[in-house]
Amino acid sequence: MSETTTTLRRLWAQDAVKIAALLLAIYSAYLVSGLVLGYSVRGQLNSLASLTFYIGVFATLALALNLHWGYTGLFNIGVVGFMAVGIYVMAFVSKPLYGTTGAAQVGGLGLPIPVGILVGMGAAALLGLVVALPALRLRADYLAIVTIAMSEIVRFTFLSSTFQQFQFPYNLAGDTTRVGFGGGSGLILDFPDPLLAFIDAVGLSGAYDGLVAVVAGIVPNNPEPIVHSLVYGVVLLGVVAAYFWLLKRTGESPFGRVLKAIREDEDVARALGKNTDRFKIISFMLGCALMGLAGILWLMGQGAVTPNFFRPRLTFFVWIALIIGGSGSNTGSVMGGAVFAAALYQGPLYFQNVVTSVFQPGEAPSSFGPAISPLLSNFDPFPFLLYTLDSVRQLQLVVMGVVLIWLMHNRPQGLLGHRKETAAAIPLGRRGGGAGRSGDADAEPTAQTDGDGTGGVADE
Amino acid sequence: MSESVTRSRPDVSDTPLQVEGLTKRFGGITAVDGASFEVERGTLTGLIGPNGAGKSTTFNLITGMLSPDAGTVTFDGDDITGHEPYEIANRGLVRTFQIARELGEMTVLENMMLAPKGQRGERLWRSVLPGARGSVRKQEAELLERVWEMLDFFDIEHLAEEYAGNLSGGQRKLLEMARALLTDPDMLLLDEPFAGVNPTLEKRLLEHIHELRDQGYTFLLVEHDMDLIMNNCRHVIVMHQGQILTEGTPEEIKANEAVIEAYLGGDV
Repeated sequence: MSETTTTLRRLWAQDAVKIAALLLAIYSAYLVSGLVLGYSVRGQLNSLASLTFYIGVFATLALALNLHWGYTGLFNIGVVGFMAVGIYVMAFVSKPLYGTTGAAQVGGLGLPIPVGILVGMGAAALLGLVVALPALRLRADYLAIVTIAMSEIVRFTFLSSTFQQFQFPYNLAGDTTRVGFGGGSGLILDFPDPLLAFIDAVGLSGAYDGLVAVVAGIVPNNPEPIVHSLVYGVVLLGVVAAYFWLLKRTGESPFGRVLKAIREDEDVARALGKNTDRFKIISFMLGCALMGLAGILWLMGQGAVTPNFFRPRLTFFVWIALIIGGSGSNTGSVMGGAVFAAALYQGPLYFQNVVTSVFQPGEAPSSFGPAISPLLSNFDPFPFLLYTLDSVRQLQLVVMGVVLIWLMHNRPQGLLGHRKETAAAIPLGRRGGGAGRSGDADAEPTAQTDGDGTGGVADE
Repeated sequence: MSESVTRSRPDVSDTPLQVEGLTKRFGGITAVDGASFEVERGTLTGLIGPNGAGKSTTFNLITGMLSPDAGTVTFDGDDITGHEPYEIANRGLVRTFQIARELGEMTVLENMMLAPKGQRGERLWRSVLPGARGSVRKQEAELLERVWEMLDFFDIEHLAEEYAGNLSGGQRKLLEMARALLTDPDMLLLDEPFAGVNPTLEKRLLEHIHELRDQGYTFLLVEHDMDLIMNNCRHVIVMHQGQILTEGTPEEIKANEAVIEAYLGGDV
């Protein structure tokens, strides 16, 4: 009995297990509630796919923001600006030349998608540098003001008619082509489907077709879109893993140690001979590039992009995800992204979907008056409930606000509580961990494993 | 004693730190007003003065935290006036703070590991790229050894895995000094290292300072406690209202009427 609990506890101490357990719980909650309510298989698969998608994007964004805020203490509330620059520049580079496809008002430079992704990330990092150079010399709150202003400037720039379409040289001979950002009506992303191109490039198109055939056995009618979005979700989770790996290595290193010191007290880091500006700029640019990539991954499969997608509230969604998970912890960031996507972002909409498709309750009242009057006059709550259900999208923001307030009051360190993620490339501890800290369930497990017989004695 | 702590230095009585006409104004107030002094190598020099005399501002000017309105700071023959704090620290002139500035959310070990110079892993690509990380880990292991030796020297090895924020005031002062030493300095500027430290720890800290001075380190010490300065420093500089009032041996200072007037008020 106690042996199994210790085994379980040891398993739980592994971060990957924590994340996997959380994802398992989220998916089973979605599956079970869908099954209980008799949701169709197609609807079920689609909702799982979009759940995975949002877990993926919010986890990547929370991880990138964690590098800024959790590690370096840089108060970036302009996340959407970097996402927007990422996808817009990627589209600029990778959209086909004007005239080669029919649909689009403007073209791009017609370069391959991977080139577009790299240039998009580079542009986001460069914008980060431009923002950082003047603002990092100021205190944290000024950086916040500069970043949110920047994100709005970016949005309005892409909205402006000046950049809607213009001529741009596209080859060495200096010939120009019609390019642009599409202004308020948006930009059609008319490059080939990135996922299919990726699958082709890695030589898995056979497996993909097989998967479509399998799903066709369950959902005979047009199974390809379901497979497409499910596979895209899985690819996104792979990207989350890559971010996690990169940022874990960044954090667990002398570089990450200086970032942590800057977060704690920049003057101390400088007094110890660290050129803190260099560290802050590198950290900021890396985070911005990752945000740019997250923006690209979010939107490149959506067919079109409009500037008003990048309103500041999206930035605050990412912040909520980070706060839920607990800033300063990569594991927490992933879990926070997952919980935010499942419970706060997709959850209410899923609930609405399930209820309306299962019960088919009919038309909701069009405004608050007709919704509330039956409740008051003859105690009929249904119009009001229908109205509430219909307003889930608006209420979502209220729920997020309530959750945020509750968290700040009761669990300011986030889901996992206080985390100890040691900033060193090797486990810190004396000769096999003699002076272990007591009473901290979350203490670094690798630092005090029972070893395999060699550690304790040899160094004595 | 480790190699890192024991260092042989050329036994020359030159002056690594020279301050010339240092001036700093905040609005209408002249916090430091043409201060000039020198600190001799391998000594423990005291900088005293009543509250508001400009001692901490002088420290901030020397270490680049503030840039002076006039005057020069020379360290080891190089003009370092207005240099960035990290440049000055990397030249071997390292300070501690009046209120111990431990990095609270980092463990004592992390605090200590931060300090050493020339860490390969401070380059992001070396820490991240799979092939390059090996050399970072190797250096980390070497640094960790040095850190443990330094913790042993200061008798705080039992606190190694504690969060620095949980340490007592005196322990923080020890940590701060140990951390500063790990940067391999030539000279340490200690801003009130004994403030808020209990007498036992104070005694230990003083022993450490004397031991390090014997090894060749140079100290400039800001302190309020007259007796402590008089008993431990060979040379004392007195500041008053931003200016250098006088300097000399403790005996000379004790006998100086102006110092008694300025520092001790009319009580003596």
